[in-house]
Order: sequence, then C-alpha cells, then structure tokens
Amino acid sequence: MDFRLNDEQEMIRSAVRELALNDIEPIAKEIDAESRHPAETIKKLAEMGIMGMMVSEEYGGSGSDAISYAIAVEEISRVCGSTGIIVSVNNSLACYPIEKFGTDDQKNKFLTPLASGAKLGAFGLTEPSAGTDAGSQRTVAQKEDGHYIINGSKIFITNGPVADTLVIFAMTDKSAGMRGITAFIIEKGMPGFSIGTEEDKLGIRGSQTGELVFQNLIVPEENRLWDEGRGFSIAMQTLDCGRIGVAAQALGIAQGALDRSVQYAKERVQFGKPIGKFQAISFMLADMETRVQAARYLVYSAAFAKDNQKKYSKEAAMAKLYAAETAMDITTKAIQIHGGYGYTKDYPVERYFRDAKITEIYEGTSEVMKMVISRALGL
Amino acid sequence: MIMEVTIDRELCIGCAICVQQCPQGYELDDELKAVVISTRAPGIMDTEEACPVGAIAITGKDTPVGVSHFQAKPVGLGFSREPEEIPVLEKLEPVVRVDESSDVWVFAEQREGKLAKVPLQLMGRARDLANEGKQKVVAVLIGNNVKNLAKELIGYQADTVYVADDERLEHYQTVPYTTIISQLIKKHKPNIFLYGATFIGRDLAPRIAQRVKTGLTADCTKLTIEEDTGLLDQTRPAFGGNIMATIQTPDHRPQMATVRPGIMKVKTFDPDRSGEIIQISPDLRRDDLIAKIIEVAKDSRTKVNLEEAKIIISGGRGVGSKEGFGILEELAELLGAEVGGSRVAVESGYIEQDHQVGQTGKTVAPELYIACGISGSIQHRAGMSTSKIIVAINKDPDAQILTVSDYAIVGDLHEVVPLMTRELKKRGLGGLEEDISWFPKLEYWWRNRVWTVTIGGRRWWRGVCAMLGSRSYIPGSTRLRSV
Amino acid sequence: MSIDRNKGENMNIIVCMKQVPDTTDVKIDPKTGTLIREGVPSIVNPDDKHAIEESLRLKEKFGGTVTVVSMGPPQAIDALKEVYAMGVDDTILLSDRAFAGADTWATSYTLGMGIKALGEYDLIFCGLQAIDGDTAQIGPQLAEFLDIPQVTYVKKVNIEGNELTVVRALEDGHMTVKVPMPALLTAVKELNRPRYPTMGGIIKAYREHETKVWSASDIEAEPANIGLEGSPTQVKRTFAPEPRGKVEIIEGDSAAEMVSGLVDKLKEKNVVR
Ligand SMILES: Cc1cc2nc3c(=O)[nH]c(=O)nc-3n(C[C@H](O)[C@H](O)[C@H](O)COP(=O)(O)OP(=O)(O)OC[C@H]3O[C@@H](n4cnc5c(N)ncnc54)[C@H](O)[C@@H]3O)c2cc1C
Ligand SMILES: Cc1cc2nc3c(=O)[nH]c(=O)nc-3n(C[C@H](O)[C@H](O)[C@H](O)COP(=O)(O)OP(=O)(O)OC[C@H]3O[C@@H](n4cnc5c(N)ncnc54)[C@H](O)[C@@H]3O)c2cc1C
Ligand SMILES: Cc1cc2nc3c(=O)[nH]c(=O)nc-3n(C[C@H](O)[C@H](O)[C@H](O)COP(=O)(O)OP(=O)(O)OC[C@H]3O[C@@H](n4cnc5c(N)ncnc54)[C@H](O)[C@@H]3O)c2cc1C
Repeated sequence: MDFRLNDEQEMIRSAVRELALNDIEPIAKEIDAESRHPAETIKKLAEMGIMGMMVSEEYGGSGSDAISYAIAVEEISRVCGSTGIIVSVNNSLACYPIEKFGTDDQKNKFLTPLASGAKLGAFGLTEPSAGTDAGSQRTVAQKEDGHYIINGSKIFITNGPVADTLVIFAMTDKSAGMRGITAFIIEKGMPGFSIGTEEDKLGIRGSQTGELVFQNLIVPEENRLWDEGRGFSIAMQTLDCGRIGVAAQALGIAQGALDRSVQYAKERVQFGKPIGKFQAISFMLADMETRVQAARYLVYSAAFAKDNQKKYSKEAAMAKLYAAETAMDITTKAIQIHGGYGYTKDYPVERYFRDAKITEIYEGTSEVMKMVISRALGL
Repeated sequence: MIMEVTIDRELCIGCAICVQQCPQGYELDDELKAVVISTRAPGIMDTEEACPVGAIAITGKDTPVGVSHFQAKPVGLGFSREPEEIPVLEKLEPVVRVDESSDVWVFAEQREGKLAKVPLQLMGRARDLANEGKQKVVAVLIGNNVKNLAKELIGYQADTVYVADDERLEHYQTVPYTTIISQLIKKHKPNIFLYGATFIGRDLAPRIAQRVKTGLTADCTKLTIEEDTGLLDQTRPAFGGNIMATIQTPDHRPQMATVRPGIMKVKTFDPDRSGEIIQISPDLRRDDLIAKIIEVAKDSRTKVNLEEAKIIISGGRGVGSKEGFGILEELAELLGAEVGGSRVAVESGYIEQDHQVGQTGKTVAPELYIACGISGSIQHRAGMSTSKIIVAINKDPDAQILTVSDYAIVGDLHEVVPLMTRELKKRGLGGLEEDISWFPKLEYWWRNRVWTVTIGGRRWWRGVCAMLGSRSYIPGSTRLRSV
Repeated sequence: MSIDRNKGENMNIIVCMKQVPDTTDVKIDPKTGTLIREGVPSIVNPDDKHAIEESLRLKEKFGGTVTVVSMGPPQAIDALKEVYAMGVDDTILLSDRAFAGADTWATSYTLGMGIKALGEYDLIFCGLQAIDGDTAQIGPQLAEFLDIPQVTYVKKVNIEGNELTVVRALEDGHMTVKVPMPALLTAVKELNRPRYPTMGGIIKAYREHETKVWSASDIEAEPANIGLEGSPTQVKRTFAPEPRGKVEIIEGDSAAEMVSGLVDKLKEKNVVR
C-alpha cells in the first residue's frame, strides 16, 4: 500500500491551489455576500481543464483520474465552498452521466461543450415531494411520435438558474415505479422550460440553486439518456460519483477552516502569549488536524476505488458521511478558536461554517449515507 | 564525543558552496546533493555556517579534530585548498591577468547629458579602495555631447576620465557601450571596475564580463579589501534578501561589481582637483549599432500604489482627525511616499478605504514603514510586518506595534512628525526614488487643490487648480492621477 | 537568417528557465542564521513564467515552437513538466555533476552551448532575474556568448517582419527599441499574466512527455568553462542579514533630539537619502 500521491497528482494540486489563491479566494467573500454566480472564475477553470476533469480528451476533457478530481475540488473548496460545488456538479452530475450512458452523438453534442467548460451543466432529480425518496417522481414525460412532452418541476437544482445543459429525470411509466423513471438531456431556452424560484440560502451562496419548471416541454427522442426506465439506475450511479465530489468539497472546507485557525492561534495574543500556546487550543487543533487527515484518506480511497474500477458506492458514502461531519465539526471549532472575531463577517470562518452544513444534506443526506453503508453490510 | 557531519538532502540545493569551501570534505553526488567524504577535512567546521540553506549539521564540534579552521587563501580554485595538496585546475583563460592589472574604474552613467548620482557614489568608494593600493580612480564616460561632464567627475575624485563622445551614442545602447568599455579594459587592464546596479548598469556589466572573461558580482551593498590578499570582498544580498554572500574574483581581472544605488557615500565636490581627460574615438562595427532606439519616455506615476510603494507613512486613531493627516502627507510628499492608515483611521473618515493597511486592507512590504499613532493590532500587523524597516511613533511605550518595529520614538506624533519633515528638509534628505530629481515633477495636492512643479527637489511653482475639480482625483492620493 | 513573418513562417523560440526555491516562503532560523527550507517548495522562477507566457503568445500568433532549456539538478525536471503543462513544445535539461557550482559566467556558457546544440532560433527569452541568485546577469551574458543583441527589462513585445519592437522599462520611464532577430529578451512581470498549467497538460507531461537530459559532453562543453572551474567568482562566505532585533527606542531630551537620532538611523539604513 502506498499513501503517497504521485507527481502528477501533486502538480495538479499545486496548479489548482495557485489558481484558487490568486483568482478564487479574493472574490469568495464577495460572491457569498452578493449571492453571485462567479462566471469569471468558471472561465478560468475551464481554460485549465477543470470543468471536465475525468472526461476523456476525445470529448474535450482532461482525462484525469478520480483522485486528481477530488484534489481539485478540495483545493477549490479550501478557499470557496460555492465554487467547489459548481465544479463538482458540472463534473460528476452533468459530464459523468452523459459520458457513461450517452451515445456518441450525445457526447459530441452535449458532453464536449460541458467538459471544455464552454457550457455549464446541472442535474435535476429532486422534487418538492421527492427528496430522499427520489423514486417518487411526479414529473412525467409522455412519448409522442419522435419526442417526449415533459410536465412537472424540480427544486433545489444547483447551477439550475445558470446552466446551459441539464440532465433531468421524469416518469415515462408511472405504473412501473422506480423502473419507470427515464433520464433526459435538456437545454436552456427550450420552449416550455423555465426557471422558477431561486433559493436564498444559509451557505454556498455563490452557487445558484433554483427551481426548474417544465410546461409542455418538448424533448426530442435523441435527447433521452440510455433506455426508458433506466433513469433511477443512472441517478444512483451518478450520485455515487457525485458523492466523491461533495466529500472532497467538505474536506476542502474543513481544511480551509483549519488553515485559518492554526494561523489565528499563532497570532492572537491573550494573557501575554499566543492562544495556540494554551493547551485547550493546541489540543483542539491537534484533534482537528487528525480528523481532517482521516477524512482525506477516506475521500482519496473512494476515488482510488473508482479509478481501479472497483465498486465504490459504500466507499463514496463513507467518505461523504465522514467528511461532511468533519466539515461541521472543524468549522464549529474554528469559530470557537477565533472567539468573537470568528462570529463576524470580517473573518472567513463564519462563511466556512455556513458552507459546511450543506455537505450533510445534498446528494444524499447523512442518514442516507448510513443507509447505503449499512446495506452494504447486509443489514 | 565523535564529530558527525550530516546533510539534509531535502534541504540541499546543490549550490556546491560547501565543496568550494572544503573540497576535501564534500562532493556532489549524481543527484547533485552534497555528500560528506571526510569529516576531518580542513575547513569543514565553517561549512555548517556557510551552507546557505542550513542543510549541513555538525555535531560534537568540541572534539578537536586535529585541523585548524581554514584560512581563506585565493589559491587555485577554492579558498580552503592548500596548493600542495590539490592540483590547480585549468581555469577559463583570463583576458586580463591578475599581476598586470591596476586601478579602480567606474562607469559614469549619464542620461540626457546629466550624470546619475550612483557613479559619484561609486567614485567615493573607489577612492578609498584605490588608496589602499595606491591606485588611480578612472571614470569612463560615454554619450553625445557629454565632454563637459568629465570635469565634474574629476571634482568627484576621478584621476582620469576616458570620454567617448559620439553622436551615435545619444542614447544608451548595450552593444556599443560593451564594445567601447571592453576595448578599454583590454588595453588598460583595470584591477576593479564598478557599475551602478541600475537598469542600465545591470544590462551592461554582465555583457562586458562575458566578453572580457571575468567575474561579476551583482547588486553589492558593501565593498572592502581583504587584508591578506588584497582581493575585493564584494558583499551582496541573495535569496530575496534572506541571506548575504561575500564574493571574490580571485584569478580574473577586472574584479567587477554592480553596486546598489544610494549605498556608497559621495565625497564632497572639489572644484580644484586636477585630472586627465582622454578622449577616445570609439571603434564601432556596424553590427554594434544593430539596435535602434525609437523613443525614450518618462512615465508619470498615476496611482495610489501602497503595494509597490517604497516608503509608507501610516496613521491610526492617534492622528485624531482628517486634518491631522496633513502632517503625514507633508512628510510623505517629501519622501515620495504613500500614505496608509489603520482601519480605525479609515472608519473614522480620516482617510479613504483604499489606503487601509492590514488584514482587511492592503498587505504591504515597503523598505520603510512609519506607523504614527497606530497600536499595532494583529490585524494591522498582518498587513505590514514584513516591511524592511519599521518605525513606530507612539505615545505608549508598551504599544504592540513596538514588537515588530526596528525603531520607535515614544512621543506625540503631532509634534514628532512635523519635526521629522523639518529635519529631513534641513539635511537635504529625500526618499528612495531613483535619481530623477532633475526631472520636473508635477503633483496635485488634493486636500487644498494645489498643483506643484518640483525640479531638483525644489518647488518651483505652486498654484491652486482651477480647471479640474477634485472629483477627477481620488481623494487621499498624494499623486497625480490620470483624469 | 531572414524570415518573413508576413508569409506566416514559423518562429523558433527558446526560453531559459530556472527552478528556484520559493524565497517568499523562506524564513531565517534565528539561531543558526540560515534559511529554513523545510516545506519550502521548488518553483519555476517567476520571471521565467512571464517569458514563457510571452513566447506562447507569439507562437499562437505566428506559429512555430517554444523550447524550454534549464540547467540544474535532476529534480529540475518537475519544473520542466510544469512549463510543459503550460503548453510549450519541448523541454531540455542540462544536467551534469560538472555543472554544479557555476557562477553566472559558467551558467551562461553552459546554457549557450546547450542552445547551440539545439540549432536555429529566432528569439531567446529569459526572465530578468532569478529569485535565488538574484543577479539578473544570465540574460546579457548569454546574449554576449551567442553574439546576438539583447533587450532587458522587457515589458512589451511586438514583431514586424524580422524585427522586434520592444518596450524596455527604465527607473523612471521606458524606452522603445527595435532589434533584428535573432535576439535575446529578458522579461519583467509587467509583461503579461502567465497562464496556469492545464490539467490535460499536466497529465501529458507525466504520461507522455519526456524531457531530454543532456550532459556536458552532449553539448560539447569545455570542462574548463563549466561548473566551479569555469566560474571566475567564488563565494567566500554566506551569512544571515541582521535580524530584526529588539526595537530600539530612540532616546533624547527633546522631541527634536529624538527625531534627529531617528533620521541618523534611517540614513544609516539607507532608507532616506
Ligand atoms: C443547496 C442545495 C442544492 C441542491 N442541489 C441539488 C441538485 O443539484 N440536484 C438535485 O436533484 N437535488 C439537489 N438538492 C436537493 C437535495 O439533494 C435534497 O434536499 C436532499 O436529497 C434531501 O431531500 P429533502 O430536502 O427533500 O429532505 P427530506 O427527504 O424531506 O429529508 C428530511 C430529513 O429526513 C431524513 N430522512 C428522509 N427519509 C429518511 C429515511 N428513510 N430514513 C431516515 N431518515 C430519513 C433526511 O435524512 C433528512 O434529515 C439540493 C439541495 C440544496 C439544499
Ligand atoms: C475582522 C477585523 C479586521 C480588521 N482589519 C483591520 C485592518 O485591515 N487594518 C487595521 O489597521 N485594523 C484592522 N482591524 C482593526 C484592529 O483590530 C484595530 O482595531 C485597529 O487596527 C486599531 O487601529 P489604531 O491602531 O489606529 O487604533 P488604536 O488601537 O486605538 O491605537 C491608537 C494608538 O495611537 C496611540 N496614540 C494616541 N494618540 C497619540 C498621539 N498623539 N501620538 C502618538 N501616539 C498616539 C495610542 O497609544 C495607541 O497605541 C480589524 C478588526 C477586525 C475585527
Ligand atoms: C548566495 C549566492 C550569491 C551569488 N552571487 C553571484 C554573483 O554575484 N555573481 C555570479 O556570477 N554568480 C553568483 N552566484 C551564482 C549564481 O546564482 C548562479 O550562477 C546561477 O546559476 C545563475 O544566476 P542567477 O540565479 O542570479 O540568475 P539570473 O541571472 O538572475 O537569472 C536570469 C534568468 O536567466 C535564466 N537562468 C538563470 N539560471 C538558469 C538556469 N540554471 N537554467 C536556465 N535558465 C537560467 C532564467 O531565465 C532567469 O530568469 C551566487 C550564488 C549564490 C548561491
């Protein structure tokens, strides 16, 4: 067993870190405060090949492994959780299902612009009454000669309000239950497709989350992803991949909050010495460092399993569960270490704290992660 | 205790300074990392300190190892080599031999018919160096219609001035200058040759060094003569100022160095000194004049640029008011400095937000940072503690700012700051701007809307600006901004 | 060599790149006075990134190739991989135990021999200055060795036909110079904003690209002109600059006296002149 990253992965980390520090960190506070989609950052990420990291070169991607992908999301989230999820959704929830389940034509038409970052992707599964229970989809797609007519709505869709290309799910056969769900690729501007409410959120405020509304949306048959009835399977496999991204996002948020805390503990002086010299603080930081490192190993090992074509549902679920809880724990302690200053918007740890929470919720709540893990134990 | 020499391979950068200092003790392996070949080698004790990255650790030093500390001797290759032990290697063939060289030469940089300050400083130092070996100070002056400057050089210590006056040399050009100076070097064989480390000196000197096959030490801050050997000890900062190195050129002449402007002292001008002026007609090939100068222009400084300022005068709560900042601005004007402020100063409306220094403001690292009435909170220090020299002016001798300061005056800034402006003026001192004092400076003073034209540090004209409203200028700037 | 660029002929550009420790991260050990390099990464010398960026832009405009040459230890391959990932076409490492300890004379000679071994070129780009050695001497010395014109402190480049129009920074302004190619330029940070290495580029750099490694004999370097032997300068000793010690409180009976004392100190430190 070898715990080292290879040189390629190390260089990917340092290149992404450089970009994160130069171009993402300086605007992180601003996009959070203004709930603004950082289009200028996405352009730079696209130029570097980060919007389609694991997609093969043939389709405009970078052809990286999943560990490198996790590292990239981690380093971005280390300075800005919002940007982290925008990248993660495009990579694992938009590019991934199209590359894995799409036809060559679909890949040429939809994947190449997504992977090169020319277009932005989103993934629409959740509905008002289908959250954790994603199988109970209400959106319907009715087949009529050569196309489908889709009616219904999706909520909480990351990138939804700004996406160009979206993978969505609808019932083609109500009677078949989960086996009646089908996936489609739709595009911004299609008649019958509009954006509804945009959410005003606690955290990741630089990432846009909104409602997708379908009113007699006509989708040509060639936009159907894989066969009818395969939608649920596509969704579950896609979310497995997505969980590596969210886990990496949580890891990055935790690491970022830890970085700030260590620095602050060295600088803040009370009772004549830096607070890091008090054992209560230094031990807290020791625990934090240990926990972040444990989360990192879980995240990379899930990515490693994926890279080696192993089943990785359970690994991804464990990584996401643990990393998300770690992010909550570390960001809470980070504010504690910063004291009153940490509670103000003048220090970034409150943003990390707000950003951390979502990682326990989306792409499967922590409870769902435990369901996946326990099921793998045969329970 | 047994002496042990260990090398941290992670740290070693393969610079071979240890090999040079102690060739019997170290060599470089295939990965270009130092390895110890003998812990008993002469001079090994000093290598721990000599290693610029601290990769060498010597333990058990107090055990006598039977060798004395090395004596620097410019023999053959390394300083610590004993000639009988190590064969002198064939070296690159010098153009000027050590035993035939003499005199201390200075490149008399001029632009547009005006001598730069730095050659005068160099001649001040050259005089001291020359006196140690009863040598002459020689200046080389190149340009078009510059003959008249030769007298000035003599007044500033030159014994001989070589003048190449030619209309083709109106503006500085690398290759013709290189050709002229190299020809002089080959003919007259100087011992030492000094250049200002200016944008021109740093362009020219290396080219000459390559042509005449000699060493060149960059950006020196100190020049002395080594006692035993008469060699020039050239001391300079490296690694971004993190370490200092003393460098010698033992076997090649001239010993050449570029020297930071403003370091060496000018000797007082003596109009009665006599010296020799020798005109030379440059022998230039057509190839030498291959580059064409299209334009030479001056840039006016336009922005408040805290990050790039060489000097910053900052004020905090102690300044007390917007008007109070006036005394800081006067000092800043004199020093060509920018004005900064603490967050309290900004939030109290004494100064504009874009002047804030600190964690939520700008991070700055000027050569000189003067903190007036600033307590030095952690957030403020985060933005300025890497400044080269920090001065605190504060009423409170226990203020935190003192923990990062080099100098402090404990007193009332309202008294101290104007006194400082007066004192500097009295002594004719200014800031760190390069030698452009002769160039007319146009400034706009936002507070009272006044234009000034300054030439040679003297204010020539001052008038209230009527045409332009203060809104065209970002308040707080002490500099003219583009409109 | 006369090239008509209007006909769309290609440019061969060579960039000299040095791998350096990131000196902005360096701290001084207060006890030993040496640099603490632990955890300090090795990076591509910052000015050289600007040189590479400009070369890539010229290549994108006029066609041609960008080749990066570095002299250094085997680890310098990492830096070459990084610039390969920025988009350069080829990378060469000049590496040999005999090169070690070179001063700028010997470094320029070595780089010059390496460049000669590469063949024809139109343009050579260096950084102005490496952040470790800090001399800014390699550019001019290399130009002299190759007997081509040089322009240092370059902040803008234009090409027309076979001629470069270059803006060179001066202390208080700038100068516009025309030189024919081949020529050597040294880049300052105002020249451009370097691109980042791309993910795909990094992957290719490690999975496909192979840096050519040349030894002293490969470039037919004269042993007396390289490494320590070929260096006219010798480092006698290195030491830490005076650390920021304890604050010195300027004493005096009156404010005026204190101010005068302070001005003396500042003058001594050469921060007022
Ligand atoms: C900012 C944001 C971005 C999002 N982005 C997307 C996106 O891009 N695409 C998309 O499709 N969706 C997205 N979502 C939706 C997200 O995936 C769902 O919110 C999540 O799956 C939970 O669903 P819910 O909100 O309906 O909660 P519910 O399902 O109502 O769950 C409420 C609580 O009950 C628990 N619970 C539910 N069922 C069980 C059970 N069987 N056993 C134990 N506990 C249970 C849950 O764990 C949770 O704690 C996003 C949500 C947010 C807030
Ligand atoms: C999240 C956050 C971010 C912050 N970011 C910054 C930042 O970027 N930059 C920043 O500067 N601050 C910042 N602060 C504010 C910082 O904590 C301090 O409050 C501030 O720096 C104090 O400013 P001061 O030194 O001017 O005032 P004070 O702390 O009040 O100090 C005034 C000083 O002036 C001295 N003094 C008073 N009168 C005189 C006199 N006549 N002559 C000489 N000395 C006199 C006093 O002895 C005292 O030392 C931040 C704070 C927070 C919470
Ligand atoms: C503390 C210390 C002080 C020194 N002082 C001197 C001195 O005063 N005089 C002297 O002659 N030598 C000196 N040296 C040796 C000098 O650092 C080396 O010769 C070094 O190889 C080149 O000099 P530089 O780093 O200053 O490069 P610079 O001349 O500052 O570099 C300019 C540009 O040249 C190119 N370049 C430089 N080195 C390489 C390389 N190895 N490979 C490819 N391209 C390169 C890059 O484009 C770079 O941006 C010193 C060394 C040390 C450790």
